[in-house]
Parts: sequence; structure tokens; C-alpha cells
Amino acid sequence: MALPGQQELTHLEEFMEGVWKQNPVFVMVLGMCPTLAVSVSAVNALAMGLATTFVLLGSTLLVSLMRKAVPKEVRIATYIVIIATFVTVVDYLIAAISLELYEALGAFIQLIVVNCIILGRAEAHASKNPPLRAATNALGMGLGFCIGLFALGAVREILGAGKLFGVALFGPDFQPWVVMVLPPGGFFVLGGWLLLFNWLRRRQGGALKPAEGHVHG
Amino acid sequence: MSQHPVSPPAGHATSSAAMVRTLGVVATVCGILIVSAYQGTLERVTANKRIALERAVFRVIPGAASMREFVASRAGVVPAAEGAGAEGGVRFYAAYDAAGQLKGIAAEAAAMGYADLVRVLYAYDPRRQAITGIGVVSHRETPGIGDKIITDAAFLTNFAALDVRLNADLSALANTVKTVKHGTRRHPWEIDAISGATVTSKAVGRGINDSAQRLLPLLAPNLDKLGRPAGRQEASP
Repeated sequence: MALPGQQELTHLEEFMEGVWKQNPVFVMVLGMCPTLAVSVSAVNALAMGLATTFVLLGSTLLVSLMRKAVPKEVRIATYIVIIATFVTVVDYLIAAISLELYEALGAFIQLIVVNCIILGRAEAHASKNPPLRAATNALGMGLGFCIGLFALGAVREILGAGKLFGVALFGPDFQPWVVMVLPPGGFFVLGGWLLLFNWLRRRQGGALKPAEGHVHG
Repeated sequence: MSQHPVSPPAGHATSSAAMVRTLGVVATVCGILIVSAYQGTLERVTANKRIALERAVFRVIPGAASMREFVASRAGVVPAAEGAGAEGGVRFYAAYDAAGQLKGIAAEAAAMGYADLVRVLYAYDPRRQAITGIGVVSHRETPGIGDKIITDAAFLTNFAALDVRLNADLSALANTVKTVKHGTRRHPWEIDAISGATVTSKAVGRGINDSAQRLLPLLAPNLDKLGRPAGRQEASP
């Protein structure tokens, strides 16, 4: 998003916003509820990431298309209805693709509706930008969220179950580090990744911009 | 967010009609989207559910090639389509091998575990009057602890031949199926709990006991009705 006095971002920069500079998991630390809860395995994490990306993309597009027609008094209500619609659609889609996956993700699919990344994007970006730019940004954010979830899910599955994508890595003698697939493990691994990510960013020396999208949750 | 693009000039409020109109249009568009997604996926979802159920039944009854759904009640045993509303009816699945011979019965058991209902599907062999296997349908138990009921090989051997004989007048099980502390199993109707996952193990035992106590007395006098009627093929894989 271009702030006053700033040059407008190219589409590539816009896309990379979410992947790196404003990564929803590692930089903005948004949407922690599904991040911690479903990242017990790489498959769950990826499925959740893709479902969220779909909702993000669909809702930002619609919000962006309607941005001139929505009075500001009812904008949040409109965004929520739009987001809830895409969540319902993705809920049906996942049940149609794989019931196993559907049951593994459980209530967290429906809970995408309150994922603050999505409302944050709708309010802070899509409502001020044309559809193509909004969609590019949403795709980047979605990819960033997928990467974040996958980073957590893969590490937790490897340490907590000795597997990756359900394939055993260490043979039958491996004693799983069970706490890693339990809720505390989510915090440990997230903490580890945040540490690494912040260290990398500091080494890179880039001036840290404050995160946009001030909707917490 | 102060710099919203559609912010009207200060002091100029949007009319209620415009708000209602916007919400109406959004709701209509969204409604259409949801209905089409529902209609578009309904067939696949129903098929998925049926396949998942069949797969679960075939997993606990090895060698099964087809299955039919029945409801057992005081009035007897009828196919599920006819007996759906029967009072006190217990739903179960009869599985047949490729030649149409009854291979076994599968039914669902459910009991409260550590976090939520633990639902398992168990296989019952009428000839041996024993439970011959279980499969987990759904649970929300702690990963790595409670979910050992699916993976722990020692626990699963409990169900290789779990005794569920009926008493002399066929009104209840001769012995209550019970989960006992790890390593103290003495009788063929006892389940050896998983050490560290006792609550979940007990839920499995309690669920199976409750379900078998209700189903088996209703089923015993009607076993002959489960044979596949000639010329009728239902729910083949």
C-alpha cells in the first residue's frame, strides 16, 4: 500500500510484501489461533494455509470490486458477510475433496472467518486498492501464511511424530518428542522461528517498517 | 482507518436506505455463492461420507466386499431405509464377502473420552460371539497420548477376540466389557488399558460395552434375517 509521499509499489513488491516484509505469521504475528492449533502436521498446515489463501483471495477481490459502493458505516458488516461466504464455500469444498482432512481441520475451517489477517487485509488494503493490486497482495499474504504454517507444521511433525507428510523418517526406534505436537510445542516452535526470522531481518539491516493492519486477535 | 476512500464529507451522513441497499445486495450475492457451492459439492460430500463409512467397515471386517445398513429394535431387524424411525433402534452394518456370505457385523460405539466423544467402529463375529477388531471413527483426544488407541499394537490385540457372549436368556452380555489397568488383564472380556492413556482406553471399553449391551440382545434372535436376499445388490463397493 502506498503511503503519502511514498512511491507506489510494483506488483512484484506488492506480492513480496506478504511473503517476506509483512509476513502474517513471522512479522505481523496475526492469525495465531489457527497457526498454533492446526500446525501439528505438514499436511494440516498446508491445507489450512491454502484454505485461508482461497478465502483471502476471494474476499479481497470482492471487497476491492465493491470498495466504491460500500458506505463506510456498514463496511465491517459487509466484509464479514463476504468473508463468511468464502469460508462457507471452502468448508464445502474441503468436505468434498477429503473427509479425512475435513475432520482433521475440524472447527478451524469455520474459524477462518475470524482470522484477523483476512479482515485486516480487507480493511487496510483491499478497500483502498484496485482489484488486481488487492489480489496480488492477498496472494502474497496467503503464500506467506502458507509458508509460516508449513514451517511450523513440518518442524512439529518431524520432532513430535518423527514423520514428514506421514512418512516415517527415523525408523521404528525413534521416540517421538510428544510435547511438540501438543499446544506448548506450537509456542516453542513459533518462538524458535520468530527468533530466527528476526535475526535474519536484523542482519539484513533493512529499516523495519511497522506492520500495517492493526486488527489483533 | 481515517482515510477510507468512500468517506463522505464531514457532516454528511450516508442515508439509511443506501446502507440497507448495500447490505441487501451483498447478502444476495453471497447467498447465491453459498447455495451454488452447496449444490455443487453435495453429491461429492455424500459419496465421500458413504465411501469413508464403507472403508471403515471393511477395515474392521477383513475380507468383506459389500455391506448393508440395518436397524435393530424390539420389533426385529429391518434395513435402515425402512427402520430409520424405529424407537430404541440401534443402527449396524452387516458385511458380506464376495460370495454373499455374512462376514460379520459392524456397529458404532461412543463414550466420553478425555476431551470429547470417542467414537469407534467395532466388528462383531456372531459365530465366535466375539469382537474381532476396532477402528476409530472420530476423536479429539490429545495427539501423541490419547490417539494411541489407533496406533498402539498391544492395545489393538485386546480386540482380536474380545468376549461378548450373551447370558443364558439372551437379555444382556454374560460379562460386562471392562477396561482394566495396564498389565492386569485376566479375562477375555477385559481390555488392557494403555499406560498413560487410561481415560481414552476406558472410553473405548465403556462405549463398546454400552453399544453391545443394547445391540447384541436385539440382534441375537434375528441373525438369520441378515442373509443377502437373492438378486438384490445394495451398497456394493
